[in-house]
Amino acid sequence: MTETPETYDIAIVGGGNAALCAAITAAEAGARVIILEGAPVPYRGGNSRHTRNFRCMHRGPMSPLTGAYEEDEYFHDLMLVTKGKTEEHLARMTIRSSEECLPWMQEHGVRFQPSLSGTLSLSRTNAFFLGGGKALVNAYYNTAEALGVTVVYEAQVRHVHRDGQAITHLDVEIAKAPPVTIRAKAFVLASGGFQADLDWLARAWGPSARNFLIRGTPYNRGVVLKDMLDQGADSVGDPTQCHAVAIDGRAPKYDGGIVTRLDCVPFSIVVNRDGQRFYDEGEDTWPKRYAIWGRLVAAQPDQVGYALIDAKSIDLFMPSVFPPIVADTIPELAAKMGLDPAAVQATVNDFNAACRPGTFHPTELDGLATEGLATAKTNWARPLDQAPFYGYQLRPGVTFTYLGLKVSDSAQVHTPEGPITNLWAAGEIMAGSILGQGYLAGFGMTIGTVFGRIAGKEAAAHVA
Amino acid sequence: MSLDFALKTQLSATEEARRQIEICNACRYCEGFCSVFPAMTRQKAFADGDLTHLANLCHNCRGCHYSCQYTAPHEFALNIPAALAEVRQDSWERLARPQTLARLFHERGVAMAGLLVVALTLFFALIAALRPTGGDGFYAYMAHNVMIAIFIPAFLAPLALIGLSLRDYWREVEGGPLRLRHLLKAGDMAGRMKNLNGGHGDGCNFEDGDRFSQKRRIAHQLMMWGFLACFASTSSGTILHYVFGWTAPYPFWAPPKLLGVPGGLAMVAGALGLALLKLKADPDLGARRVWGGEMAFILLLGVVALTGLVLYAATGTAAVGPLLAIHLATVMTLFLLMPFSKMIHGFFRFTALVAEAGKLEKTR
Ligand SMILES: Cc1cc2nc3c(=O)[nH]c(=O)nc-3n(C[C@H](O)[C@H](O)[C@H](O)COP(=O)(O)OP(=O)(O)OC[C@H]3O[C@@H](n4cnc5c(N)ncnc54)[C@H](O)[C@@H]3O)c2cc1C
Ligand code: HEM
Ligand code: SF4
Ligand code: SF4
Repeated sequence: MTETPETYDIAIVGGGNAALCAAITAAEAGARVIILEGAPVPYRGGNSRHTRNFRCMHRGPMSPLTGAYEEDEYFHDLMLVTKGKTEEHLARMTIRSSEECLPWMQEHGVRFQPSLSGTLSLSRTNAFFLGGGKALVNAYYNTAEALGVTVVYEAQVRHVHRDGQAITHLDVEIAKAPPVTIRAKAFVLASGGFQADLDWLARAWGPSARNFLIRGTPYNRGVVLKDMLDQGADSVGDPTQCHAVAIDGRAPKYDGGIVTRLDCVPFSIVVNRDGQRFYDEGEDTWPKRYAIWGRLVAAQPDQVGYALIDAKSIDLFMPSVFPPIVADTIPELAAKMGLDPAAVQATVNDFNAACRPGTFHPTELDGLATEGLATAKTNWARPLDQAPFYGYQLRPGVTFTYLGLKVSDSAQVHTPEGPITNLWAAGEIMAGSILGQGYLAGFGMTIGTVFGRIAGKEAAAHVA
Repeated sequence: MSLDFALKTQLSATEEARRQIEICNACRYCEGFCSVFPAMTRQKAFADGDLTHLANLCHNCRGCHYSCQYTAPHEFALNIPAALAEVRQDSWERLARPQTLARLFHERGVAMAGLLVVALTLFFALIAALRPTGGDGFYAYMAHNVMIAIFIPAFLAPLALIGLSLRDYWREVEGGPLRLRHLLKAGDMAGRMKNLNGGHGDGCNFEDGDRFSQKRRIAHQLMMWGFLACFASTSSGTILHYVFGWTAPYPFWAPPKLLGVPGGLAMVAGALGLALLKLKADPDLGARRVWGGEMAFILLLGVVALTGLVLYAATGTAAVGPLLAIHLATVMTLFLLMPFSKMIHGFFRFTALVAEAGKLEKTR
């Protein structure tokens, strides 16, 4: 195996938000840093390039954020989605640190914008990146390069050599050439989760996972995560779980990103392959129920659902990137979508008959519920009776996996024998420590920024 | 359907822009860069006129391209600056009249050079044939009345043609009633070239990949304000001549010189800047087929200004005669090509900004 002649102070595995925050922080502290990004340039930046905002604590208005969003409210929001599956100390530390992240990000080239049209509800809690996550990633790469950080693309890290409580070197395949050895005094792992490895997903979830779509990068295959777990690193997070949302069934297998999401569920009825409804579409406002529909659809035969909408409701949600299927009658729509027209018509008839008069209010829980159905729709229940009728196919789209490395509040990676003295982890690869379940919009980037900076600082202090 | 990616290559410029804009409308990450995205979110479906409007609002700052997660090799293959440049270019050519001249000069810098040679021959011949017996400065070579007789029609006729195009444009994009405040708003947007500042004020992406810079914006404003100053200089000369009976040559402190010299210098600097930046920029993020015509246009503007300055510097020497012929020929070429060259962009873009000012009010 060839050795790269240079020895770096710090080698960083991955090239997304967490990796870049670590690299910049370490380089500013004077360390010689190399970034090993597994993806080629056009796809650099992992899932971070698909993001749009991060969740930020603030005690008063702080451009672009309105109002105040204090620690306790933030923590409460986190408890709600994780149902308590979080480590309070780490979580509160992350939340508190998020406040200083915003100015730090600005100083390092990230630009913000007011919350996007259609996302007003987030203007207080989430700061939106101007141009989205790829603009953020570009800014960080430029900043890192200006600081003298070496960046190698298509550099797939295959193995992290552990010698007792220290890491000695990495085996890296660069541009599909035979592996080379990269030596450094300290290492930061920021290579994301394993959601792009369908075999792993299928082992964890069952064979139906092969029908899932992966919303982000195909490069997060958990190679380094698995390598570390195999070498006895402490783990955290449910290994069988992933975060999945319902997205348009026509989305690409990987990297479909934000535009494939569908916000139509509250104004639809959703049936499965057999034309049967299976869950209350109007349980809560969409932002709150967005995350459960991935699992709901994943549990249906063939992992597919079909949202049916009539002309009254088609303009009530953000447009999707794929045009809906349109038909003048319900049976015709069902046929176009490959469903049994009679079964779907029967479901719609039952549903329509169960709808009650009342005031429909699209942006709040309006209590307009069905009566007498086994599967009720408890809000926004209006009969499907105005042609044309529209349909979208829904499939589970995986955002991330929960299994990760357990870290301390200094981002250090641990084993049953104690911490590994020169190894830190940041971002999705350790997010399970804080986000044991569920998801809080914008928290992924917060975790990556906070822990990336900590990892960079600690690693730089180690080599200084 | 607009999302049939396999058919992408066969789509017309408008269809391709529609395909891409529909993706943006489901994403909206770029909302803060420019006027295009807020205008886009007003609708879910895009008529041809909507796309013409968005295309002429787009300032080709390229911010949305470098920050897009869906650019090639992603199968969505987004390239908004190029897609909108194609639609914009098509709109200028489609709405130009007469149609026979619509494309030639946009696409071929050589054609522009050819016209320049014709104009040169004309002016050398004119000076030789019509040399006045009296007159000071360059009027010793060509009488003021002769110049006016040639240039007023050469300026007004193209303007009239442009007026007709703009009227059609206004109809196509369904512009509403025109108000003074819309003009003022557009003037402010263009005067500061806000859509090239990236929304964050760091500038646009052009000559250095995804890094932002003010270079293009500064170069353009040197060119634009320089041009406007030179135009004002010439106009002030005409007014002095006819209203006040004060004829050229003017001293350095008189309006024609006070406006013309700095204006000319700014134009030369602007042209140099724009040309150099253009050489460094990625041609695939614009309308590729008109790259040559655009470059020729930049150079033409530079030559107009440079020859004007040299003419001033040569005052009193024997070189004035030939220099005058050259300068007038370049100005003539520029004027005649206003409707058929990149010069049209100022008119369309300004009109788009005016239309947008009105549309914004309607949504509020
Ligand atoms: C569509 C979508 C939208 C999202 N929107 C938001 C949002 O708005 N806000 C938010 O907070 N979160 C959002 N998230 C979650 C967010 O993307 C992640 O939490 C965050 O990006 C994680 O950052 P990271 O740096 O840990 O991982 P990533 O950004 O995924 O980076 C991992 C990096 O590691 C590299 N890599 C992987 N394996 C190897 C290897 N073996 N060798 C070398 N390199 C390797 C990858 O190429 C990649 O560069 C979204 C996720 C998706 C999919
Ligand atoms: C009235 C308002 C104007 C607006 C809004 C405007 C806007 C723009 C924009 C956005 C560009 C860059 C994108 C492109 O190449 O198409 C551009 C290019 C250019 N403009 Fe203007 N412009 C205006 C007036 C003028 C004037 C009066 C001149 C000078 C006569 C001028 C000269 C140029 C030149 C030379 C280029 C070419 C640069 C290149 O090809 O790289 N513009 N203009
Ligand atoms: S250019 Fe790309 S990132 Fe920007 S709005 Fe369009 S799809 Fe989104
Ligand atoms: S290129 Fe610039 S001006 Fe044009 S749409 Fe994109 S961001 Fe807006």
